[in-house]
Amino acid sequence: MKPSVATRLTLMSVAVLAGLGQAHAQNSTAEGIAKYREMLQDGNPAELFEAKGEDLWKQKRGPKNVSLEQCDLGKGPGVIEGAFVELPRFFKDTGRVQDLETRLITCMETLQGFNAAEIVKTPFGRGEMANVTALATYVATASKGMRFNLPQTHAQEKNMYEVGKRLFFARGGPHDFACASCHATDGGRIRLQDLPNLTKNPGDGVGFAAWPAYRVSNAQMWGMQLRLNDCYRQQRFPEPKFGSDATIALGVYMGVNAKTAESIVPAIKR
Amino acid sequence: MKKTMRYALLPLAVLTLAACTSAPSGTDYEKLTAEVVKASFQDRGIAKVDRLNQDEANRLCSAADVAGEQLDEKQAKAIEEANLKLVKWPTDGKFLGDWKLGEQIAQSGRGMTWSDTATTVNGGNCYNCHQISKEEISFGNLGPSLYNYGKLRGVADPASDAAKPIVEYTWGKLWNARAYNACSQMPRAGHMGILTQEQIQHVMALLLDPQSPVNK
Repeated sequence: MKPSVATRLTLMSVAVLAGLGQAHAQNSTAEGIAKYREMLQDGNPAELFEAKGEDLWKQKRGPKNVSLEQCDLGKGPGVIEGAFVELPRFFKDTGRVQDLETRLITCMETLQGFNAAEIVKTPFGRGEMANVTALATYVATASKGMRFNLPQTHAQEKNMYEVGKRLFFARGGPHDFACASCHATDGGRIRLQDLPNLTKNPGDGVGFAAWPAYRVSNAQMWGMQLRLNDCYRQQRFPEPKFGSDATIALGVYMGVNAKTAESIVPAIKR
Repeated sequence: MKKTMRYALLPLAVLTLAACTSAPSGTDYEKLTAEVVKASFQDRGIAKVDRLNQDEANRLCSAADVAGEQLDEKQAKAIEEANLKLVKWPTDGKFLGDWKLGEQIAQSGRGMTWSDTATTVNGGNCYNCHQISKEEISFGNLGPSLYNYGKLRGVADPASDAAKPIVEYTWGKLWNARAYNACSQMPRAGHMGILTQEQIQHVMALLLDPQSPVNK
């Protein structure tokens, strides 16, 4: 009998934890986690969210009872392949630079008749917000193996990059932290957690090229919006509003820096 | 300040138009960033938007980071001198507490996030960035190793006159790291109210008490 995903996760967690106390803990832990991820790749629970997202994309839903299949994510109505690795980008119809999650909500409002303002206020993991995460996982997975190549031609896209850069280095709050406090050096670690250097291309499948990701520690699927939200929580900042220009600008900054990095989304994280 | 407020009300599109004639300058981006910050954050729990107000040192250090430059020497000196004046020395004259309690404070990364409460006991976050005792193998590397901190600095008796300069320096560093390094990445534990005087005394003992595992 094939063990369930949950059973395999538990067994592997035990195996990884058992390795922690050994000599050369720093190296063996990193190796252990890498091995753990590798073992999970053929049973990544993110697939469940991807499947849910595919259903949501094709289903007729909302007050207008239509599917999202005509949603334009930047490469024309209904085109999902390659859309993720070019987001955030400027959209003429909204007059804004949008990331994957905010663009999906625009489509849910214009095509399906949902109330975008209400979705934006919904906590992560609940109601239509959970559906946005599943949809983002589905759309992003269609670009798996492709390389980031965000457009920087529109003036607003360039502005967002410059604003994102300034936000990235902005120190503040009671701890004087900025994004850069943790993410501006090579080989940095908080405790045993490796930190990507997000001021440049941090490598394939690292940093911006790894979210949405399934988080084993809390059994949740996280999109980039939640990833940034939790970064700011740990930074001791006030909360960034969902889809706010600060989150979009940081996405543009990290995404442009990640040019040519390969997307491994949906990734799996500790 | 008045100027910033005026620009704060203008949307992104203004710079888009400006870009048609000439490329936006660094100052324009500063204004645009201020506007984005203002519109993007909200209070949550104990983490209020007033935390976004940068003091002069944070503003200057952030700008230098964006430019990829070091702060100029004169500005750096001024920040260090101003912050040294803000160090509060122990009101009871006691520099060292209990290293065992110091170890607990160094281990804890709790406090001051929006998921904490006003009564959460704050930790020092020390192990997040520093190696400290040899026993704790889960440590970060953004700061230098502090293993053998007192021993390497020849502190045999922290109460002695000989140890006084290093004891005082360490207190000042923990209280307000900017007193010695203008754009230090280390939180200003005492100055910003992250740790109390008593907690800092315990962390001092962890670093300087010859009986602490740090100095074994």
